[in-house]
Parts: sequence; structure tokens; C-alpha cells
Amino acid sequence: MTLAVRDLAVQFGGVAALGGVSFEVRPGTITSVIGPNGSGKTTAFNAITGYLRPTRGAITYDGASLAGLRPSAIARRGVVRTFQKTSVFPTLSVADNVMIGLHLSGTAGVVGVLLGRRRLGEEERRLAAEADALIELVGLGHRRGDVASGLPYGEQRLVELAVALAARPRLLLLDEPGAGMTGAEKARVSGLIRTIRGQGITVLLVEHDMRMVMGISDTVVVLHHGRVIAEGPPAAIQAHPEVIRAYLGATGERD
Amino acid sequence: MTRAARVLGALLALTLPFWLQNPYYLHVVIMAGIFGVLSLSLNLLLGYTGQLSLGHAAFFGIGAYTSALLTLGLAWPVWPAMLAAVALAALAGWVIGRLALKLRGAYFVLVTISFAGVVSLVSVNWMELTNGPLGLPGVPAPELGPWSLRTKTAYYYLVLAAVALSYLVCARLVRSRIGRAFLALRENEPLAESVGVDVTHYLVLAAVVSAGLAGLGGSLYAHYTRFVSPEVFLFTYTVTMVIMVVAGGKGTLAGPLVGALLFTALPEALRLATSWQWQMLAYGVLLLLLVYFLPRGIVPALRELRGRRAS
Repeated sequence: MTLAVRDLAVQFGGVAALGGVSFEVRPGTITSVIGPNGSGKTTAFNAITGYLRPTRGAITYDGASLAGLRPSAIARRGVVRTFQKTSVFPTLSVADNVMIGLHLSGTAGVVGVLLGRRRLGEEERRLAAEADALIELVGLGHRRGDVASGLPYGEQRLVELAVALAARPRLLLLDEPGAGMTGAEKARVSGLIRTIRGQGITVLLVEHDMRMVMGISDTVVVLHHGRVIAEGPPAAIQAHPEVIRAYLGATGERD
Repeated sequence: MTRAARVLGALLALTLPFWLQNPYYLHVVIMAGIFGVLSLSLNLLLGYTGQLSLGHAAFFGIGAYTSALLTLGLAWPVWPAMLAAVALAALAGWVIGRLALKLRGAYFVLVTISFAGVVSLVSVNWMELTNGPLGLPGVPAPELGPWSLRTKTAYYYLVLAAVALSYLVCARLVRSRIGRAFLALRENEPLAESVGVDVTHYLVLAAVVSAGLAGLGGSLYAHYTRFVSPEVFLFTYTVTMVIMVVAGGKGTLAGPLVGALLFTALPEALRLATSWQWQMLAYGVLLLLLVYFLPRGIVPALRELRGRRAS
């Protein structure tokens, strides 16, 4: 259940957002993709999860190609993502947000629903209980009935996380989960990400907060101008000269 | 709604013809019921998936013509013709849904408008089939065993049953994971896709069910007025449905029915109250006031009011 990205290239008009990127995400690990703004991190996410079609290259998960699949089909294969900009179902309650996330856990089809089969009532109760458990997991138990768009920013990001977890991912892609959060909230999210890995879910994340990245990652992939310039455990990355020059910039040059 | 209100409403609906003796009033209620079916149908798309169909009169008209042509031309009994009307309208909904797969917002609206335009032109110009602008008179009334449902009282109960059925269909869909998928499309399509909701599948499904119900409304209309002409495709019908859904409260189950009742009765009441010059003006002003003061519709406003009183 390895995600393998091979020679992935994405071209926007004349601009190469990604110029042939290869990396692997091994099962059970937390892998971070870092790099300066515009280095192609979110583009890579969008290509992996089917939101844009790569110009070149191969993306396989568990040996099967994800190329050309719709995002919903990729989610069905266990690869689920969150978004860089806060993304919830705005006018619905937190509970309903997570219930939508549980879509794939439900089995109700149109005929069964129209006939009002009793089994479906049981399924609804089971899903509601699962939603409750997820809401508790991210610590929003007191917000269950609140409308998502009315929550403070940090809590909306937690709703997003609960929605993504509801889709029962085997590989979860988190696009800047700590962005805009307070220090305490970031610490909570870091803890959550570890818990998620503890449940056997592989995590791939894009993140700017170096303390968070170095604290939780098993592997770090560094992108610069659409290319991988380094890949390895956090300690090796922090000491990597090219990374220091490209990413940490000024400090490296001054020394 | 509280339980008591619901029981009272059901009793009222079931006994209405007995104390509403005036056939004209009964006619207004029957028309409100037919528009109730149409509004429920439009609401499924507009209120739940968030896609505005401005060609809904097409599905209504297809239902009406299917019923009329099958009973007149092929001498089908009314009930199978009614089923065929639902099926054919649903098929048209499927076609529109597939055509509009990747289109949202204004583009979806344009596809639905164009579709209604095409169907309308066909009804006017295909003389051999539709008798053109002259229309099809003498559409039979349905029969139930030995009884004809020709009287207004009998037809009232048929329409009531259709409203109840349409409501049930919408309620069951909306309260299931299918309804949640509709809402997910309305609320945030990329997020819905990311958790595995095949958005286009559910958009097509909503279009099929919605069009099928509109076809039912069209068939009921045809067998009630006993006459079908290209007028059934008039844009006015679509606009009326939109007004009913929006004023009643889109995305609620009761809203379209409240809207249908109100906006069928209102023009009639205005007709009694004032001369024709003032009718449309008063209608417009009342609509503006309603939208201004209750932008989310009557039913959501009532709910909010009750919620505030409760807390």
C-alpha cells in the first residue's frame, strides 16, 4: 500500500509547476512535503487526488494507477485529502458535515431509500454513532449541532479533518493542516496526526511550520521550483546543504 | 411541525371537499396541489443540489403531452399513460443531467432553458403528432373501477394522493445518504468529491427524480383540464414554480407546498379583490415584500421564529 509518484510533471501553459517529481510514501509513515511557496506542493496534491490531470508521469497506489480517475473514485480506493483553504459544508451542522464524510460507509441505494427499508434506519443510526465518535476524536463534541461556517477558524479545520477521517482513508493527504492555527491548536493537530497514524492510516502532509514538520515526520520530501531536491528523515534534511540554501535561504548564504 | 399540527393538517386535507362546497375554490386547491407536485420536484434540484432548472416546464409539458397522446392516439387507459408520462419525463431528466454533467450555475441554467425551448418548438411545429398550436382537446378523465374521477371532488383526492406520494419520495431521499450527497453538491463540490461522493452521479439522479415528478404534475394537469396545448411549455410555468419554491423556502420539504398553496391562491384572491390592471402590480409588490423580509422563505422564517421562542 505504497503511494509511488514517478516523474510527475504538471504544466500550466508555459509554466512548469512540477517538472518531473518522484517520491514514495511508505505505509504506516508520516511523510511531509515541504518547500517554498510556488514550489509545487499543492499541485502535487491536486495531481495525486485527481483534481488536475498531470502532463506526464505515473501515480500508483497499492500497485494500481490513479491516473485519470475522478477524485471520488480515488477516495473509494482509500486516498483522501483535505484542502489548503478551509473547506467545509458551510450551512450544515458539524454532525451533518461528518455524516457526508461517511458517504462511502453507507450502502443505501435509491430503491431501498424510496421503499423505506427498515435496515436503512439501523444503518443511519450506525453512521450517526460513527460520526459522533469522530467528532469526539477531534475534540468538537460541544459543537456537534453548530453550523460549520459559524465556527472559529481553527475549529473549522478540525471539522475538515473529521470529514476526511470519516471517509475511512488508508492514505490521508493533509494540505497545511496547521495553517492559521494558534500554537496550542497546532500542538493538538500534531497529536491528532500521530493518533491517526497509530490507527494505521498513512499520512502525507504539506506544511510550512518547520517545528511541526520536523516533530512528527518520518520522512521529509523537499520541493524547490517543481523538483525534489532532498528526501530523508528530518535530521538529515535539516543538515542537507542544498535544502539550507534553497529553503532556509539567507541563513545558509550568510554562513 | 408539531404532531398536533400535522394531524390537524392531514384531517383538513382529507375533509376539505366536504366543507369547501364552492367548485371554484376546489378548482383553486386542485391547481395548488398540481403546482405542489411541481414545486416539490423543482425543489429537489434547486433546494438540495443547488442547481437552478429554468426549463422545468419542459418536463411538465412532456408529462402532459405523453398522457394526452397515449390516451387519445393509442387509446391507452389513463393509469398506464400516467406512468409512461412519469417515465418519459424522467428519461428527459436523465438526458439533461448527462448533458449538464460538467456544467454548473449559469451554464446549467442555460442548458435547461434551451432544452425547454426545443421541446416547445417541437410541440408547436410537429403538427401530425401534437396538432400544433390547436392543441389536443378531449383528454379523458381517469377511471377507478366503475367510477370516473371526472368530478372535482374525486380529482381532488387523486391530486392529494399525488402530492402525498411526491412528498414521501422527496422526504425519503432527502433524509438519506442520497439526500446528503445532494446537499454536499450544493454546499461544496470539491470537498464532496474528496470524500468519495460521485457528484455527477447524484446530480443525474436528482434530475431524473425531479423530472419524473414534474411529469407526474403534467399528467395530472392534462387529465384535469382535459386539454393540452403548447402553452404547457410556457416560461411562466417555470417562473411560477421558482417563485413558489423560493418564497416557500428552498431546501425544506414543506416550503414548496406552502409556496404552491400561497401563490396559486394569491392571484385568484387578487382577481376577486381588484381590477386586472392592479392584479399583476399587487402580485409583484407582494412578492418583493416577501423576498425582502423573508429572504430564505416562509418555512425557514417560521422555524427560526419558533426556535427563538423556544430558547
